[in-house]
Amino acid sequence: MAVVETRNLTKVFKEGELGAVNDVSLVTEEGEFLVFLGPSGSGKTTLLRMIAGLETPTSGEIRIGGQVVNRLSPRERRIAMVFQSYALYPHLTVYKNIAFPLKAQKVPKDQHKKKVEWAAGLLGIGALLDRKPRELSGGERQRVALARAIVREPAVFLLDEPLSNLDAKLRASAREELEQFHKSIGTTTIYVTHDQVEAMAMGDRVVVLHQGVVRQIGTPKEVYEEPADTFVATFLGSPPMNLLEFAGVIVGFRPESFLPAEIAPAGKQVKFRFVVNYVEYLGAERLLYGSIEGGSIEGSRFDSKEIISRLSWTMTAGYEPGSVHDFAVAEGDLRFFDKRTEKRTDPRPSPWQ
Amino acid sequence: MTRMRVKSTGAGQTPTLAIAMFAPAALYIALLIGVPFVLAVLYAFSDARIGSSGFHLVGLENFRSILQSPSFRKALRNSIVFTLCAQVIVILCSNILAMALEKPFRGRGLIRFLILLPWVAPVSLGTIGWKWILDSIYSVITWVLVALHVYKPYSAPMWLGEPHLAMASVILVHCWRLIPFSSVIMLAGRSAIPREIPEAAAIDGAGFWRTLFQINLPMMTPILSVAVLFGIIFTFTDMTVVYILTAGGPFDSTQTLPSLAFATGIAGSDLAAGAAISLFLVPVLVAVAYLMLRVAHRAEVV
Repeated sequence: MAVVETRNLTKVFKEGELGAVNDVSLVTEEGEFLVFLGPSGSGKTTLLRMIAGLETPTSGEIRIGGQVVNRLSPRERRIAMVFQSYALYPHLTVYKNIAFPLKAQKVPKDQHKKKVEWAAGLLGIGALLDRKPRELSGGERQRVALARAIVREPAVFLLDEPLSNLDAKLRASAREELEQFHKSIGTTTIYVTHDQVEAMAMGDRVVVLHQGVVRQIGTPKEVYEEPADTFVATFLGSPPMNLLEFAGVIVGFRPESFLPAEIAPAGKQVKFRFVVNYVEYLGAERLLYGSIEGGSIEGSRFDSKEIISRLSWTMTAGYEPGSVHDFAVAEGDLRFFDKRTEKRTDPRPSPWQ
Repeated sequence: MTRMRVKSTGAGQTPTLAIAMFAPAALYIALLIGVPFVLAVLYAFSDARIGSSGFHLVGLENFRSILQSPSFRKALRNSIVFTLCAQVIVILCSNILAMALEKPFRGRGLIRFLILLPWVAPVSLGTIGWKWILDSIYSVITWVLVALHVYKPYSAPMWLGEPHLAMASVILVHCWRLIPFSSVIMLAGRSAIPREIPEAAAIDGAGFWRTLFQINLPMMTPILSVAVLFGIIFTFTDMTVVYILTAGGPFDSTQTLPSLAFATGIAGSDLAAGAAISLFLVPVLVAVAYLMLRVAHRAEVV
């Protein structure tokens, strides 16, 4: 087990172009499940590949277990990685796939069988050892890839979108299994995904990346409730945080905090007149899309932006398109961002008046 | 497949159209391969000679006499040596080249083009160039070696004039010609391997040789066998290089089956014996063709 640390890590693929990863500094905790979350092209996979040793950093430092590993080959870093495509060796049986790292790292032969069976047992694929990868289903392949990764008991686990090739139903169960699996082996794990649900559900902490820059590092609760800037605020949460601009400050609030005035939490409220444009039915909940009557300031950035309210299915009566209602947000649920830097700022007293 | 395609044009003209479409290819194969092959078999059992109209079937007489001839036995041995050595060298070099050309670098396009040149140029032209390079009097190689004081003038080796050197020269020139073709096949094979797989091997701790022999080459087996089988056919049946460089000499030391068949049958006007010699190529070629079809079939199934 080990701690992974990057210091001012930068990767520029083509000189003169914007870096894929820019000046990233972060430290994992012992045994932590750390998630790199970002849209495609945010540099999360490049960052992971640099930690794995598959990509050479342009500048900066990578440390694993306190040792600078920039110049070490992947095999010397004692990491294991699961690829998005699983990258199983197609000409080898499951047994030989799992045993390959043992052979490559010159583990004594008499231990191979025991270790392969241990890893296969842990993932419940003991019955598949004689099959070739092409005879396996997507979920089974993923387990073989995981078994191959744990068999030599690595110091760090790197997972590159390992669930993205599974169908939606399998993904949910695989996610749960992966969490259980991490709890049982307790190895420091870095997990790359573009799926915020995966990130929130599995991560001890989440690193939100955008254009190769770390926007925020925090627990799922922190990044969701206390976003560091407007990118994090709108990238996390579906639908995203509502943003409005008032008197030189951006005000944000989550759709689920934007409620009919009569049921909004008591205490200090900020009231809006909400014009419903249309309603989206999602089973357990409904999304109301609309705008704020007289609330938008001419010429401001979020002038024509829709405001979304997310209501439980129990309170949908009367919200026909075109109707106008009194809505409110508890003052404690408002988040303030600087208009120029889009970074989080201190709450301001009533900018909307 | 044909039937399916024809169906859309209407059931009435199906057989006629199919026959019309196939006829040119069938005719081409029948005239250029079928007829000569049947003639060769026929001649092999006869006493046909160039410049004589007599034609009698003589049974196995031709085979009996060529099996006893020392030049034939030498040619058979040379053919095997020639094919095996050339294949080993070609596969080795083309693999190295394919690896070197895999990753992008400045000027890769130009180098790929230059490497392909020997394949694109006509065999005879290239070989004539080599004949000059290896010539006993005007050899460039000898000139350079003399200039470097490796050899004294007039004592330098005769590249095409000494039995072992001549064989080596013939093999190397043939390799020079086959390597581009083989490299292109290997390059295709290597780039068909998903990038993550060698990466996964690197992470699993495999070094260069283990990745090459346990991951990359096994994954390339189907395409590797295609390259080898094509190479065997090209080498085993080739006579241009031998004919132009040494014409089989000195003392039959570079004579191969095709060049001996040509020398006996055409140049020596003993058509029957030439045909009988060339029939000895058939079993090898049939075996190779069978293996090739199996590889193709396996590749389809996977």
